[in-house]
Amino acid sequence: MNSFKNIKVILSFLTLLFIASPSVQSAEECFEGTSRAIFKFNMALDDIILEPLAKGYNKLPSPIRTGTSNFTSNIGTLLSIPNNILQGEFKQLGHSVGSFAINTTVGILGIFNPAEKIGLKPHKEDVGQTLGSYGIGPGCYFVLPILGPTTARDSIGLLADTFIDPFAHVTLREKELFGASGNTLDYYSVKATGVVDFRADNDKNFQSLEKNSIDLYSSLKSIYLQDRENKIKNSIEDEDEWGDLNN
Amino acid sequence: MKKVSIYFISFFLFLQTTQLHAYSANPKDFISELVNEAISKLSNKDLDKNQKADFIEQLALEYVDINALGLYTLGELRKSSDENDINNYQESFEKYFLKSLTSRLSDYSSSKFEVVDQEKKSSKYTIVSSKVTPIDGSPEIKIDWRVYTKNPEKPLIRDLIVEGLSLARTQKEEFASILSSNDNDIKVLISKLDEFVKN
Repeated sequence: MNSFKNIKVILSFLTLLFIASPSVQSAEECFEGTSRAIFKFNMALDDIILEPLAKGYNKLPSPIRTGTSNFTSNIGTLLSIPNNILQGEFKQLGHSVGSFAINTTVGILGIFNPAEKIGLKPHKEDVGQTLGSYGIGPGCYFVLPILGPTTARDSIGLLADTFIDPFAHVTLREKELFGASGNTLDYYSVKATGVVDFRADNDKNFQSLEKNSIDLYSSLKSIYLQDRENKIKNSIEDEDEWGDLNN
Repeated sequence: MKKVSIYFISFFLFLQTTQLHAYSANPKDFISELVNEAISKLSNKDLDKNQKADFIEQLALEYVDINALGLYTLGELRKSSDENDINNYQESFEKYFLKSLTSRLSDYSSSKFEVVDQEKKSSKYTIVSSKVTPIDGSPEIKIDWRVYTKNPEKPLIRDLIVEGLSLARTQKEEFASILSSNDNDIKVLISKLDEFVKN
């Protein structure tokens, strides 16, 4: 039974790898109908749970929101460290390690962000971005329940993140690292707080997008894909797609 | 006499609120002057919502290349559609764009705007980089402006790239999705735009 489970996991992984192969550069839809249905479900979940939470969160005093945002962001830096190594980005590695060390100690467990004041600004990196930096295209685009928009490459990355993220190692796998320990609840609490913080930060933007989109699903897809492209390149490139309109 | 004075003052105030200044031709100065004037108008408590919306509409009609933006967002279909359909689309797109723009700016809260740099990409366009710092302590937002300079005396805005996200590209991909689920029928897109304007 166990080996059957393993085969299923390997097969799913190989299928995803196939659809995220380097030859597939643009993110085409794989199962648009299903994705749109999941999107509707996610939006309902957002209306019932996430949006009220985000609105409540936005009513908290600004120092509490900033502290919470700094705290989750500091833990997120841990995932960037192995990815900086995998990408060979050693300058960024210095920023990530330095920022985490300073903010965790001087910044009191990451509640404050003194590292930024001395010029340490680590880029957030994950396995999806690392695969992208190796030239692997996004593969097909789809929407996951609760987790939202993704691509074949990024969903593999999402899974791989939990294997190389030191925070997941300590919490999800309950292994001790440099004397730190934790449990699964810690992992999901920090991730959920990060989601609420992000949703609260973008509440007005989201409302405006919802109000002004003719097809919200497509707008969010475009925004997700543009954001991932920029994160992989670590820059904002203006691709001149205006063609004959430039004449 | 009193009535005449009121009319006169009202007319003068109307001119004050609707008149557009001429901005510099240099893209960096053009964006700086235009946005700072827009911020000052939008945060003016003496102007009501309609006056602010009128001002934004006039600004957009004068300084945004709505015609090119409409064609860009239509994608490849602009090359295969007939002239009549394109004209109908452009008419609907302009109304849609203005409504969407004024709606986005209606909840404007004060911010500090600063132009940081400009990069001339070609003789036809320049990217102006800027940053917006909301006064409520929210994080700084980077905005790049794609300015079309074919006529160097009359720069026009074609796109806003907010934190790396191009508004024109987002719009184009949204329209592409609507078109692809409707056999690339431009008339369906036009009716969706009209529906948005009506609601």
